[in-house]
Amino acid sequence: MNFETVIFYIFAAILLLSAARVVTAKSPIHAALSLVLAFFTAAAIWLLLEAEFLAITLVLVYVGAVTVLFLFVVMTLDFNVEKMRQGFWRHLPAALVAGGIMAAEMVLVLRTRTDNVAPRNFDVHYSNTKELGRLLYTDYVYPFELAAVLLLVAIIAAIALTLRRRKDTKYIDPADQVKVRREDRLRLVSMPAEKPARAAAEKTEG
Amino acid sequence: MLTLSHYLTLGALLFAIAVVGIFLNRRNIIVLLMAIELMLLAVNMNFIAFSHYMGDAAGQVFVFFILTVAAAEAAIGLAILMALFRNLSTVNVEDLDSLKG
Repeated sequence: MNFETVIFYIFAAILLLSAARVVTAKSPIHAALSLVLAFFTAAAIWLLLEAEFLAITLVLVYVGAVTVLFLFVVMTLDFNVEKMRQGFWRHLPAALVAGGIMAAEMVLVLRTRTDNVAPRNFDVHYSNTKELGRLLYTDYVYPFELAAVLLLVAIIAAIALTLRRRKDTKYIDPADQVKVRREDRLRLVSMPAEKPARAAAEKTEG
Repeated sequence: MLTLSHYLTLGALLFAIAVVGIFLNRRNIIVLLMAIELMLLAVNMNFIAFSHYMGDAAGQVFVFFILTVAAAEAAIGLAILMALFRNLSTVNVEDLDSLKG
């Protein structure tokens, strides 16, 4: 057992324990914090697999954005955790049977077939980021653009879903402003013209 | 010597833990979303392991797209959750039965 294998087992143990904490933690805050640990350890394991760019992206996107969003939402909402924890362990036997069978099946299938594959050997100057960038901007440029559009749609949808307009706020509707015509706002009055001031003064003296 | 099956087994165990989490947290929709994130992480782990051992970087490109979709899903899911809580004052899945389906 060499050093790399030892590191792998340590990280795998931390990853599985923190994942178990995510699904069993009493408070959702603790669950979100365990999720941070799980993502971080997964990034370390991806570094072992020489996927440096994705490991860093995982930390940036998941730890930096998604988990923080989870924490934001959990702290914003004030919900009753105790009520949702009632009968929490009641379904544990069924869950363990389903999860255990699934894991055992996958492990049995994987152990027999894939042990003879050797990893790829990279030379020293190989850049993972460079190769990913080349692939993304040549072979996968169309899915890449679609992913960008998807993110835009997600941004707009998230804002539109949570936007709330207060009743007592005064605001101007630009559509109504554009539709205004002169006849609605301005009234032309027909009346006799004013006399010059000097002529009016002479008239009163005389 | 680390083999491909080490990583695939880790991914399988992670996925199984997430499935157990979905069984246990049937009522709390926030932890359900977190369990879905864990499932996606397990799938990504498999993609990267295959990409490393088969020598094909296309697997990593797929992980890139999965990360994008998962981020969008989390953002919209949590936005729906906020709107839900504002209207019903609950995040309990069992209270969301107004459709009577």
